[in-house]
Amino acid sequence: MSSQEVRPDKEFEAFLADERFMIQRSHSSGRYVFYPRVAEPVTGARDLEWVEASGRGTVYSVTIVRKRPPEADYNVVLIDLDEGPRLMSRVDGVGVDSVRIGLNVQAKIIIQDGAPLLVFMPVPAG
Amino acid sequence: MSPNTFPRGRTAIVAGATYGIGEAPGYNSLDLATLASLRALDMAGLQPKDVDGLFVVLPSDPFSHLSMAQYFGIHPKVMDNNRTGGSSFQIHAHYAALALAAGECDLALIAYGSNLRTSAGKFASTLQPSIYQAPYKPMIPVSAYALAAARHMHEFGTTREQLAEVAVAARAWANLNPDAFARGPLAVGDCLASRMISDPLTKYDCCLVTDGAAAVIMTRADRAKDHARRPAYLLGAGSATTHSEIASIPDLTVTAAVESGKRAFAHAGVGPSDIDVAELYDAFTITTILFLEDLGFCPKGEGGRFVEKGGIAPKGKLAVNTNGGGLSCVHPGMYGLFTMVEAMEQIMGIAGERQVTDVELALSHGNGGVLSSQATLILGSESTL
Repeated sequence: MSSQEVRPDKEFEAFLADERFMIQRSHSSGRYVFYPRVAEPVTGARDLEWVEASGRGTVYSVTIVRKRPPEADYNVVLIDLDEGPRLMSRVDGVGVDSVRIGLNVQAKIIIQDGAPLLVFMPVPAG
Repeated sequence: MSPNTFPRGRTAIVAGATYGIGEAPGYNSLDLATLASLRALDMAGLQPKDVDGLFVVLPSDPFSHLSMAQYFGIHPKVMDNNRTGGSSFQIHAHYAALALAAGECDLALIAYGSNLRTSAGKFASTLQPSIYQAPYKPMIPVSAYALAAARHMHEFGTTREQLAEVAVAARAWANLNPDAFARGPLAVGDCLASRMISDPLTKYDCCLVTDGAAAVIMTRADRAKDHARRPAYLLGAGSATTHSEIASIPDLTVTAAVESGKRAFAHAGVGPSDIDVAELYDAFTITTILFLEDLGFCPKGEGGRFVEKGGIAPKGKLAVNTNGGGLSCVHPGMYGLFTMVEAMEQIMGIAGERQVTDVELALSHGNGGVLSSQATLILGSESTL
């Protein structure tokens, strides 16, 4: 199948609504791609296939957006997926000040503002 | 690969000016760009009708070049209005040099104006986040730079005190510049105690939000002396990009300034240790540290230590951001052209109280997006030709 038939944003969102975190992989190179596209970066190969992400990743960097009360502070992170690609997300399930670079995390799909959203939860040590 | 034919020293900035730094109520962005341009043209003894190469960026007008040509009533032969952000102007100078050297135009105007402060009162970002970023509500641009700062601290032990040193040095230079918007005492302790915006960046780690306009005039070297006693010759230029959104930066601690600087220095035939003043786009304190490293003024990871103890302040080891920078002089959204005006003034020897002695070589570096686009110019006096 040629990935030029893929509608990247729509299909990603449809998967997410189905509670599936999907990324793409080039059939020829085996490299993983995120965010979703119609072709592999650099080579232009139009052979990207949707594959289920492991959901495992590591916090590459983190910042906390400081809000004026009553709005709550929240974190914004960059996650390195075990498959290689990097993406922006948020770490939930832990105090806003306790997200550290290097933290191991696992993907989770939640509902926020009525729409499915990919976030990450800390993986307990050991 | 074909041999590089960058026209080293064959073009020059012969005039440059700013207008409305700080607050300029009642003007739109094009009015301000025009007023800065006219000041620059006056300095060179020229009028709008003499301009046949027009390079301009206005913040919210994708047809800026058409709008300005119309406003001036001119029909330029060469025009550009790139949208790389704050690095646009260094890239304009690069391509203006190529067009001038090729005879495609004879007199280039590079202009910018923005009424960001008095029109909006807050930072109105023109960056449109993708659906893969928007739901996480990063405060763009500051959160993107905060992610870079956090990673730099993690990898190299850079401290918040070192970040603050950048802001304190910028303020010390601003205190020598009557045009600077933020003047007065500022100490490291003030920065550390100020409000956190997006960890680890506080209010004083972030650039100003001001109005302001700038313009420079470029011609071929053979007629530069007709317009300036001491022209600032363009010796080298380079630009590069690594990403648009911060999640796609290959390495948060290394910018495309590595590439843009390398090319600019190669064209110029000089190195970082030859530079007398470095005007580095300081949207945030971390950017100054990154560019000091990436342009080769110090090794990767050493930027924090380089700026300690007034390293880049007046009388420090390197004169950096001598106008006060985006942190303390002016930042109307895209600051890049102001670094070019300041580099020119330092070479011309007209920078007043903040003038660095015997400036022969100046570096001007622009940054666009969220560390996305980097562009570097090397300017020199006649003695460097």
